[in-house]
Amino acid sequence: MLPISLTARAGDKVLSQHKKGIASYGACIPRLRMSRAAIADAHAWAMPGLKGQGKGERALCSWDEDAITLAVAAARDCVRDNGRAKPTALTLASTTAPFADLLNAAIVASALDLPTSTSCNDASGSLRSGLSALAQALESTSEGDSLVLAADRRSAKPASVQEFHFGAGAAALQVGTDAAIATYLGRESLTNLFVDHFRATGEKHDYFWEERWIRDEGVSRAVPSAVKKLLAKIGKSAADVQWFGLAGAPGGSDKLVAKALGIAPERLLPDFAGTVGDCGSAHAPLQLIHALENAKPGDLILVAAFGQGCEVLAFQMGEGTHKPAMGLAKSIAARIPETAYLKMASFEGEIDLDWGMRAETDVKAALTQHYRSSDQINAFVGGQCKACNTVQFPRLPNCVSCGASDSQTPFSLADQGGQIATWSADWLQFYLAPPLYVGLVQFDVGARLLMEIVEVGSAGLEVGTRLSMQFRVKARDRKRHYSRYFWKAAPVR
Amino acid sequence: MATGIKDKVAILGMGCSRFGERWDVGSEQLINEAFLEALKDAGIERKQIEAAWFGSALDSVNVGNSAIPLATALRLQGIPVTRVENMCATGTEALRGATYAVASGAVDIALAVGVEKLKDTGYGGLPVPGKGTLNDLWMPYCSAPAGFAQLAAGYRAKYGVDKELFKRALATVSWKSHQNGVKSPKAHLRKAVEMETILKAPMIAEPLGVFDCCGVSDGAAVAIVTTPEIARALGKHDLVSIKALQLASSSGRESGMSDWDGASVPNTRMAAASAYREAGIRDPRKELSQIEVHDCFSVTELVTMEDLGLSDDGQGWRDVLDGKYNADGAIPSQIDGGLKCFGHPIGATGLRMVYEHYLQLLGRAGDRQLKNPTLGLSHNLGGVPYNGVAAISIVGLL
Repeated sequence: MLPISLTARAGDKVLSQHKKGIASYGACIPRLRMSRAAIADAHAWAMPGLKGQGKGERALCSWDEDAITLAVAAARDCVRDNGRAKPTALTLASTTAPFADLLNAAIVASALDLPTSTSCNDASGSLRSGLSALAQALESTSEGDSLVLAADRRSAKPASVQEFHFGAGAAALQVGTDAAIATYLGRESLTNLFVDHFRATGEKHDYFWEERWIRDEGVSRAVPSAVKKLLAKIGKSAADVQWFGLAGAPGGSDKLVAKALGIAPERLLPDFAGTVGDCGSAHAPLQLIHALENAKPGDLILVAAFGQGCEVLAFQMGEGTHKPAMGLAKSIAARIPETAYLKMASFEGEIDLDWGMRAETDVKAALTQHYRSSDQINAFVGGQCKACNTVQFPRLPNCVSCGASDSQTPFSLADQGGQIATWSADWLQFYLAPPLYVGLVQFDVGARLLMEIVEVGSAGLEVGTRLSMQFRVKARDRKRHYSRYFWKAAPVR
Repeated sequence: MATGIKDKVAILGMGCSRFGERWDVGSEQLINEAFLEALKDAGIERKQIEAAWFGSALDSVNVGNSAIPLATALRLQGIPVTRVENMCATGTEALRGATYAVASGAVDIALAVGVEKLKDTGYGGLPVPGKGTLNDLWMPYCSAPAGFAQLAAGYRAKYGVDKELFKRALATVSWKSHQNGVKSPKAHLRKAVEMETILKAPMIAEPLGVFDCCGVSDGAAVAIVTTPEIARALGKHDLVSIKALQLASSSGRESGMSDWDGASVPNTRMAAASAYREAGIRDPRKELSQIEVHDCFSVTELVTMEDLGLSDDGQGWRDVLDGKYNADGAIPSQIDGGLKCFGHPIGATGLRMVYEHYLQLLGRAGDRQLKNPTLGLSHNLGGVPYNGVAAISIVGLL
């Protein structure tokens, strides 16, 4: 039976059935790409055997990126101009969300300026959580759209194989009825306690068992079985599958599973191993997005995620033409190459550099103030003066231009374009990714403020460089283990 | 109608501590060092001081809040003592408070003290103070040089000045001050520095290298002010009087709207216009004998020359390269070495600048004495060029 939602049509009281599906999508891969050869070189003194792992590159988060910021970026890519009403529910799936007790999804929702009526929840506990969250949204009877986000910034022990294989990224999928991009056909879920790896609460790194056992005894048994059941359930055969992806499993598992099922190897979705690395809970949703970016209407798409069993979802590609501004392919292509292993180790918190006394400054936030100004800080909402129309940030009691009191209505700068008015590269200030680029950002709508500028790359900055806004970690309070967020500017990709 | 401060108040005495890495003393001793010199110069007794203004900017690394540290250091029992803080304009603010008190007739003799003990931080450069609970949530934490370096980007973009040429002009600003500092016994840095050394110095905040930044030091400066009549009654003949004391603060316009081009400091322009009006100066290029500007960074000094109307807009860098502000130039700037060589103990700087004018005007400047100066201008710029406080004081012979 196909999942359906029942919607009462106003006026005629006729109940209609609407299939749920994917209405829009978005993706974010952090721009930094670490050379695996550089990782292997750094470890060659102790583990020359890792040289073989030194192929391609992996996505690397800067110090100010995490599952939340990646999710916000993907979500903005997904919802911008997608022609849908704002989602009424938001789920953030992640195994690396920054907070154990603080609703990570609420931070994302606040950055997206979603109404407080939005139902938010975090999903976690397994690499399949992204796909499971998607399935739950697709099977929800809610009339409103759901925004399903999956994001991970995976940490690995230095010199582990995972240090080479892990990546980072986020996928966003807006789910609802009358969704034109792809129609949901069904899911199959299989759960067993096959412990291929684990990470205890509060621990930083995963502990893995032997890959061969995982592949042969875990993946090869669970996934084909679930896929077969799903195909039977939706009345399709392996030959009908145009796109098949498998995430959360050791490299090469997808080929074995496809072979076992009789799915042609050319129908396998890419695993992004050479360019991005494993994105954890986001990986299967990202593979799905690759399919959505490349499939033809009518194509059957199957995506599976392994983890204490597996989750498999089936979709049929629709006729929808909406494309996000960034999407996955462009996000993968927008790379800034990185070869400094110690930079990676520092960003990942594996080494603690002596940043000097300047790093001792207390960055404790006043939570009271933060709450008072939450739309300004979280959603980058400034003000527009009703008397003189000047757009400004922050929104203070008196207009910066005409001085009118209490005259401003909220005005979001998050999606506004701007450019560099002035800038400098600061080598003196304590900053975890020196130099700190800082400058006055001139928005096209007239607002101006001093901002951090990130993702500068080798092209550098000039007065006039075009900028877009990014939600990032503003400060990490290392005493109290609290990250707070604000917006930074980045050169337009 | 307000008539301004011109010639209503005279400087009875001044003092200035030796500036530098004063590992040997704390703020109290620095204050005392400058105070004893000023008291002796004034020729009065401590008990004749009727009110005091105390400038110190960074309480966290200095002496703490309130007037108590000054009242305690100098044992000023029972008189009104007020602490003032206005970033780099703090020293000038202390002088303004004391001057206004005398001009109002509230007191006959008032004391202005500025001090900062920066070398108790444990590192070079200035600490980054909090900016308030709201601003801390969004404003980037950046260093002072990065804040002032914004001027370089704005200036070059507006006037199309070649990057290398501009860097050389900035280096010339610092080179000139180091040349001057050699002749200042109380300066922190007293060595001439080669142009190539300045140009090749490590980058601090693009395009500012180490030598584009002023020193970081400890120091104190003191002024005792009274009315010209009382000064004469106390036996003073050559009087230096206050001609103007003006201040302009940002309302957030430069950093919050689109009209600031990054090539000037509007606050300085506004404060200068008010100060010239108050002092009755019509042509500052001809009338000012010498200037002490806020050379926290070389680019600040360069731009300030245009903001003060001493160079045409867009031509300041050429004037600098041409030597207009050198010791033998048309308008000597930083004849004592400026912040570049004295360092910038924040609370003391504004008063230290006036001290140099005072010495020059009275012919007491030793090896660096200028010929017959009559009018000196000091300029402070607190905060950052796009969000700060500009203070100008003009003193001259009465």
